[in-house]
Amino acid sequence: MLDAHLVKNLPDFKIDVNIKSAKGEVIVLFGSSGSGKTTCLDMIAGLVHPDSGHIRMGENTYFSSNQKPFPAEKRNVGYVMQDYALFPHMTADRNVQYGMKSVGKSEKSLALLDQFGIRHLRNAYPHEMSGGEKQRTAIARALAAEPNLLLLDEPLSALDDKARHDALTVITDIQRDLDIPIIMVTHNWTEAEKVATSIYKIEKGRLI
Amino acid sequence: MGDISYGPLILSIKVAAIATIIVFFTGTFLARAFARKQFPGKTIIEAFFLLPLVLPPTVVGFGLLILFGKDQFLGKWLYDYAHLQIVFSWLGAVIASTVVAFPLMYQSASAAFKQVDGKLEAAAHTLGASKWRVFRTIALPLAWPGLLAGLVLTFARALGEFGATLMIAGYIPGRTDTIPMAIYFAVEVGDMNTATFWVIIIVALGFSTILWLSWWSNRNLRRFTVKRKGGTNRDA
Repeated sequence: MLDAHLVKNLPDFKIDVNIKSAKGEVIVLFGSSGSGKTTCLDMIAGLVHPDSGHIRMGENTYFSSNQKPFPAEKRNVGYVMQDYALFPHMTADRNVQYGMKSVGKSEKSLALLDQFGIRHLRNAYPHEMSGGEKQRTAIARALAAEPNLLLLDEPLSALDDKARHDALTVITDIQRDLDIPIIMVTHNWTEAEKVATSIYKIEKGRLI
Repeated sequence: MGDISYGPLILSIKVAAIATIIVFFTGTFLARAFARKQFPGKTIIEAFFLLPLVLPPTVVGFGLLILFGKDQFLGKWLYDYAHLQIVFSWLGAVIASTVVAFPLMYQSASAAFKQVDGKLEAAAHTLGASKWRVFRTIALPLAWPGLLAGLVLTFARALGEFGATLMIAGYIPGRTDTIPMAIYFAVEVGDMNTATFWVIIIVALGFSTILWLSWWSNRNLRRFTVKRKGGTNRDA
């Protein structure tokens, strides 16, 4: 379903990776800090553009060397960033509703908050939440937009052991319940093994 | 004191309010457009924007006189085609206040937009938000404290503008006599009572504006930056 060939020159090295993922798969990009993992996610999300290559999602071409890139806001890619990037001036409820397109936002938001066990936080601002609660809110927000693909950038790095265990359960639940590809970035091998259907090791922009 | 006309108060507020509205929108728009873009000549353009901050107001006034004088290109064109006379009119005072106050708004807005975390805007884009929606719902609310500070500074600077205004609008009682003008010319003719009256009025206006800004900031910003005493916004 996702077919990406990402080529980009960075100051220290060149990223040149191929990623393919089908519905329901969890692809883990595993590598040390600074190996180009996050840039790969940014390229798939449309926040930065490759120098060449292609990004195809189903029948849509998000990027191709010979055409104008598909803008990030039209890609329908859910992206949970490393520090969650929750909007600090919005409550959990308003964060989750932000990407919803249709009517009945309030009910849908509450249902999602319920699903992630954070309904009691609906009126809380991000600075009032723990790391695990922020992570759940960020995933709920990404899923609220009903994405075709979910990107998770080090989603567990800021969590303690208990929250990390709960978060892994959340990710495996999403994999089971939603029929979309998930690409997760991590530098923790144990985490990678727990959730991945395929693990791509990346070092200085190359798959090894 | 009984024969004091309140014309200068009304004119000052009118001039400052119009200049503030113009400066707020142009300053905010330009600061946003320039905040994260790099292009050749950006530094030179920004230096030009900030120039009125370092120039004596009389120099700014002289420049405006050269631009808008009745026999000058722009002034003549405005007079011939729009029947607008800028020199020796309250419009001249508005233009002088606008130019002198612009750098304060631009600087405040520029700093405010640069402080907004780019990741938040990126996250909003991935959630399907257009550029306009990202600006309206993310950048603007998060930059608002800085924009508001710029707005207040602009209003205060426009209210107190004297040098450039004197050069382009002159002192015509009933037409271009703003409060700073009224103070200066009252002192010049030795009418210290009138001068004192207008000094008290302008100090009170400036002081209440700053007080309002502090009150507003405390009331609105604490909501999403400071944890509530004895708990949070969580449900039980």
